[in-house]
Amino acid sequence: MNSWKYPAFWIALLLVIIGGLLPVITGSNIMRENMFLILLSVALASSLNILLGYAGYVSFGHIVFFGVGGYIGFYLLAVQNTPLWLAIIAGGIASAVLAWLLGAAILRLRGAYFALATIGVNEAVRTFINNFGPLGGPIGMEVNFSIYRQYGGAATMQWTTYWIVLGLTIAAIVLSYAVKFSRFGLGLMAIREDEDAAMVMGVRTPSAKTMAYVLSAIIPGMMGVIFFFRNSSIEPHEAFRLTRSIEMIVMVMLGGQGTVQGPLVGAALYEAIRSFLLTSPLFKDLQLAFAGLLLLLIILFVPSGVVGWLRSRYRKLWRVLE
Amino acid sequence: MMAQVENILQVKGVTKRFGGLTAVNNVTFDLPRGQILGLIGPNGAGKTTLFNVINGVYAPTEGHVIFKGTDISGWQPYDVVKLGLARTHQIVRPLNDLTVLENVMAGACYGHENRPLKEAQVIADEVMEFLGLAERRDMLAGSLNVAQKKRLEMARALASRPYMMLLDEVLAGLNPTEIAEMVEVVLKIREQGVTILIIEHVMHALMNVSDRVIVLDYGQLIAEGSPEEIANNPKVIEAYLGDPDLAKRLMENADGD
Repeated sequence: MNSWKYPAFWIALLLVIIGGLLPVITGSNIMRENMFLILLSVALASSLNILLGYAGYVSFGHIVFFGVGGYIGFYLLAVQNTPLWLAIIAGGIASAVLAWLLGAAILRLRGAYFALATIGVNEAVRTFINNFGPLGGPIGMEVNFSIYRQYGGAATMQWTTYWIVLGLTIAAIVLSYAVKFSRFGLGLMAIREDEDAAMVMGVRTPSAKTMAYVLSAIIPGMMGVIFFFRNSSIEPHEAFRLTRSIEMIVMVMLGGQGTVQGPLVGAALYEAIRSFLLTSPLFKDLQLAFAGLLLLLIILFVPSGVVGWLRSRYRKLWRVLE
Repeated sequence: MMAQVENILQVKGVTKRFGGLTAVNNVTFDLPRGQILGLIGPNGAGKTTLFNVINGVYAPTEGHVIFKGTDISGWQPYDVVKLGLARTHQIVRPLNDLTVLENVMAGACYGHENRPLKEAQVIADEVMEFLGLAERRDMLAGSLNVAQKKRLEMARALASRPYMMLLDEVLAGLNPTEIAEMVEVVLKIREQGVTILIIEHVMHALMNVSDRVIVLDYGQLIAEGSPEEIANNPKVIEAYLGDPDLAKRLMENADGD
């Protein structure tokens, strides 16, 4: 399919890199913090898109992977004094293993039942950690600020982790693109369109779905480690915030589910809207209500999202929009 | 010569019950390699259920399905197709938001030969050419009309490079011209050495293409024979065709085409 020659992928990559370099160009720490959140959202949304957009399985509890990765990584960093890179990898592996185990159990369910099960999983894990002493229970864990000295002090650490997040976001985009234009991706999309027909065509649906779930969990897990390390503390309520899951879905739907650029566009747009709402005195408490309203409007009027809508409207742009 | 012919498919005493309903009742038949076997019966006779048991959508309650010497009873559909037994659906199931090409490629990628993407595309292009879908290559499958969707079903199954195909009412809903074209396609597929089991309600077409015909009624096999024998079989006329003159008309049609 020679899909790497399509401009669509390079446009997506370029957007991430240009966005990622903005803080350096402007030299602004505020810009860096904003971009950090945007890149984080892009990576989370792109990861979720593999399951939601390609395989057609709505996960309402996807933040569980962010939280579990975060907790495992944080534990290693704070208690075992593991190096950051190792903690990040461990967080990714922990999330992947969790997805693999869960996949065998709940990916038998379809449609709304799967979505409900994912919420259940998130709540179950949150409650478990809330009551699990070694991980700090309801209070969570903290790192002493002195830990940042190993990374050249807090200021340097913030830049280091920023670059890691940029790298992981690029990885998420590459992964998303590679999956979409692979044989495996074609199988996932067959599942999304008609799972029974896909089975009859020869798609080994149980293993394909599990693999999609695992792939969609790894980067959120790694991101969790960085996020909470930077945050210097982790607690169950923060790590497994259900509304974050819903915001991830809004981002994917807003940009265009099943496209590579969609989650990128959706996450950037949503973060822009959110930062506007949070700073506006009138709307600051209504940010989540707005997210819900947005989701409703998208599903009713533009179910294919911004990128999907543009694609269906301007067919000449197919090579550019993907 | 008959002695050399190997049975590619053997259905042995297959029964499928759904709760108290016996949809398929102790059905036994053999299908020699390279033949076209017609499967007819009134609505609700269990034809599609039998297909579903053969290709693994349902596991048989009793009995065995043997394909190319392997007992595939209770296998998953994706394992059955990898052995070289493909099927089409009575109610077409296009992957709507994918292009025609992607639909057919999926058939090639995941079918019997498990091709990588690039080779799948070559196969898909061949198959689309064969079925007259080449012009629609980049259209979304959801935007095809019924006749084209039926062809797409065929294309997807054919792209898996099967030894045998189960065709479930590929002629239903087509106009006479489209039926004639599709019959051509079916005959050509057989020429390529693919064995075919076909469910059809368009009688004269079925009588034309089939080497043999079997008849299901209330889940039971009530007759088996050449198209002429079936059309003249009193049991079949009574149970299914209903009208004694119909048989005559069927055969006239068969001769006429």
